[in-house]
Amino acid sequence: MTNMNRRNFIKTVSATIALPAFAAKSFGADTLKIGFAYLGPVGDFGWTWAHDKGRKFMVEQLGGKVVGDYVENVAEDASAVPVIKDLAQAGHNLIFTTSFGYMDQTLQVAKDFPKVAFEHCTGFKRADNVATYNSRFHEGRAVLGTIAAMMSKTGTIGYLGSFKVPEVVMGVNSFALSAQAVNPKIKVKLVMIDSWFDPAKEAAATETLANLGCDVITAHTDSPATLQVCEQKKIYGFGQGADMSKFAPTAHLTAIEDIWGPYYLSRAKAVLDGSWKSTDTWWGFKEGTVVISPYNKSMPADVAAAADKIQAGWKDGSYNVFTGPIADQSGAEKVAKGVVMKDEELAGLDWFVKGVEGA
Amino acid sequence: MTIDFIISAIVTVVGISTPILLAATGELVVEKSGVLNLGVEGMMLVGAITGFAVTFMTYNPWLGVIAAGAAGAAVSMVFGVLVLSLGSNQVATGLALAILGIGLSTLLGTSFTGMIVPQFSSIFPSVLSQDPFWRVIFGYSPMVYIALLIVFAVGWFLNRTRAGLVLRAVGENDQSAHSIGYSVIGIRYIAIAFGGAMAGIAGSYFSMVITPMWAERMTAGRGWIALALVVFAGWKAGRLVVGAYLFGCLMTLELYAKASGFQFLPSQFWASMPYIMAIVVLAVISFRDRAGSEAPACLGKPFLPNS
Amino acid sequence: MRIKFEKRAQPSRFMLFATPVAAVILTILIGAVLFEILGYDGLGTVKEIFFTPILASYKWQDVMTKAAPLIIIALGLSLGNQAKVWNIGAEGQYIAGALAGALIAYLTPGVTSHWIIVPMIIAGILGGAAWATIPAFLKTKLNVNEVLTTLMLVYVAFQLLGYLVTGPWKDPNGHNFPQTAPFTDAQLLPHSILGTAIPPGLVIAFILMLGFWLLVSRSVFGFEVRVVGAAPSAARYAGFNASRTIWSTLLISGGMAGLAGILEATSQLGQLNLGFPSNYGFTAIIVSFLGRLHPVGVFIAGIVLAITYVGGQVAQTTVHVPSASGGIFQALMLFLILAGDVLVRYRLRLVGAKS
Repeated sequence: MTNMNRRNFIKTVSATIALPAFAAKSFGADTLKIGFAYLGPVGDFGWTWAHDKGRKFMVEQLGGKVVGDYVENVAEDASAVPVIKDLAQAGHNLIFTTSFGYMDQTLQVAKDFPKVAFEHCTGFKRADNVATYNSRFHEGRAVLGTIAAMMSKTGTIGYLGSFKVPEVVMGVNSFALSAQAVNPKIKVKLVMIDSWFDPAKEAAATETLANLGCDVITAHTDSPATLQVCEQKKIYGFGQGADMSKFAPTAHLTAIEDIWGPYYLSRAKAVLDGSWKSTDTWWGFKEGTVVISPYNKSMPADVAAAADKIQAGWKDGSYNVFTGPIADQSGAEKVAKGVVMKDEELAGLDWFVKGVEGA
Repeated sequence: MTIDFIISAIVTVVGISTPILLAATGELVVEKSGVLNLGVEGMMLVGAITGFAVTFMTYNPWLGVIAAGAAGAAVSMVFGVLVLSLGSNQVATGLALAILGIGLSTLLGTSFTGMIVPQFSSIFPSVLSQDPFWRVIFGYSPMVYIALLIVFAVGWFLNRTRAGLVLRAVGENDQSAHSIGYSVIGIRYIAIAFGGAMAGIAGSYFSMVITPMWAERMTAGRGWIALALVVFAGWKAGRLVVGAYLFGCLMTLELYAKASGFQFLPSQFWASMPYIMAIVVLAVISFRDRAGSEAPACLGKPFLPNS
Repeated sequence: MRIKFEKRAQPSRFMLFATPVAAVILTILIGAVLFEILGYDGLGTVKEIFFTPILASYKWQDVMTKAAPLIIIALGLSLGNQAKVWNIGAEGQYIAGALAGALIAYLTPGVTSHWIIVPMIIAGILGGAAWATIPAFLKTKLNVNEVLTTLMLVYVAFQLLGYLVTGPWKDPNGHNFPQTAPFTDAQLLPHSILGTAIPPGLVIAFILMLGFWLLVSRSVFGFEVRVVGAAPSAARYAGFNASRTIWSTLLISGGMAGLAGILEATSQLGQLNLGFPSNYGFTAIIVSFLGRLHPVGVFIAGIVLAITYVGGQVAQTTVHVPSASGGIFQALMLFLILAGDVLVRYRLRLVGAKS
């Protein structure tokens, strides 16, 4: 890596850029063109990076049958419309729009292109040619909560969130409930930083949580900043979206990896064989869109075993973290004993469970 | 509340304030010379990627910081040539520099995402830097001390040296400085280059100290806060330090309030405080002493020699 | 040998028109070379960014949609810039205008008459102007630099938007996402004028262009603005009130930005969310300079900038350049136009070392 000089650098860049462009020309007309609209840059090492990894996986698996193009940094405003329309106009017959903020824009464009299949990530509005999909990240949070509660010596663990949107609320609750299952007295401190990406603020928030006694911290924002601070402070953390162990070899206990590849592959195949239908897909451990990275070698065997058990439980359906009784922060019972929360309830979740401190 | 708790909070404040302080110190010198460079955010990002890339290639963070400063100064010269030699509008040119820096850093950074670099080691023995109490003084990255040294050096330079007096005279009344025989353009070039270098180093603080990694737009708008800080400080070097740490305190306090569950005002209120305070300070200093204000009289105006 | 600048007695009319054109052409040339060096397809990039949006008719609507807010904001800014009143906070006024318009929408959810759009638009204009009163007041009463105050207020406006869409105005049916409820059908403008691809904003921009042209060239006020900007002392001598010029130019530019904001919200986005601010307010500053502060020039420049936006997105999928490329071309263009200014005011002459 050290011998990476300017020339190599330019070569690498041009190679990665030129290859798809060159390859695209050599395909026949029956090639399926697939388009992606990304929220961030592909280099964010977070949300968009994971989607792009999924795109690459899909293209690789299907060999010469598909081409995958993308547009990055698509703002969540009206300007998303021409971007999505453009992809459709340019002959992309399957289009993934990978952020919540493209919901109405995707539907709007889809109306004009009834033959094109659209897939909107994390949304809740569908049409005949607009499917929605999401991943059960909260399943992974239950693994992290279990590990955190077992690894914590102070009995206080931290959660660094972005916005109070259902995905984050689900993550916080799953983390807290699974931790409480290990240690009923555990405290979960929560900080929202009002941003998905601001490394400096993420670092400050992590230091804050650590100073308030948290010795295991999970982040629901897009950078490895939290982990890097955990490493410095000699406490534990988790990777977000990808295995980030190289950023924090000691602190990184494991990570929730966002794996979109299997879903993209299945949808591309569906378009290729004509079986594509508008669906609402919410995959998790079982289908392979949520994956737990290899555990840190320093993690004790009993912790690893407990974490494995949660994963296995999600996979065979014997475990669900959102099983009652569940009370909210004020102590009022929200879910009765033995009742499992429905997907529709989870999708609109806006309250935190008992034991979560802060907002 | 234990002493250890307070010390940890102070460490957070210092860490988050330092890059703003560095960038604002550079901009202070630029503005004191009568030039308004709004491109701080762009120069910071160019510094951030350059510092990271050079550290990645050489494994030496010191070389990285130097390169970041050099890169910041280099892009600031695009601004310098336009506003000084070609007399173009400073506001528009500064904004163009910000846009250019954001784009350029992204383009240069594509292959550095997900890479890691070695970090600075402490310049003090671990007995001091790791000590639970003394780390409040000795426990920071070397860049924190360098930032403070630079601010004090700049304060001393501006107020106590002849060269500083000349620089201020150029910003206060360029025509008379010119007629006495000082090179207004030359002095402003140096000031702009210094401002660029400081912004570049401030940027590298993000990619090398706070979070040693590269990610697009990782400075997340701190360049604009630095501009607000110069105004808030009323163009005084000493107040820059106070202001930077005050801004850092505001942000840290908000995080503590959130994590502890009491939040008496929405977080957006706190986030807008630096800008509101800057406007208030600006109004107050203009009201108090219209004549003897520290705001450079020629700020933002192009220099066209009458001769 | 060195280059000497000689001040022209009169700004060159030829250069005034030639330099913006030259800036665009040079941007294309430099951009092609730059991207070639960086390892991309330089010519392809330039072709996609500058020519595809013009040649492919299905991109015209996108260009017009992007151009409308840029032109509307830049018309207002140009007026201020002529008087040397530098409002760089149009982005904040754009947000404030949209918020004011949305307030009307928020208060009248049950109104089904399409006329509700009229008070919404008026509120948008007033909201943008109101946001500009703060710098105008501070400038005229306390001589506070308007560049700094307008800029600072952008970030305050952004936080205000954040507060409203995550707090009081959050859509109760929006699954807790930071956004307002969608505007009702009555509160929306059509995407395009009946039967054509032309967005309503562009029609308004065109009418405003004519209005501003008349205002600047035919009215006493337009004359006053130019005199205050070009020769402040002469303006005082002529009895023109600098204070009045500052107030009116800031309020007009703020109102225009507010108008652009509410038009964008009601004709394009259909609600407000955290993604609403799209940097139109800052890009309009480039448009204003590229258009030489002249209403017609601004109209053309707005379209040129819109082309680079649309083309930048096209280039991502076709020649695989990162999205930042569009910004680099915009910055390059602005640098060149600003550098070109010198040719308007000065004559270049090669001088021998010893003559």
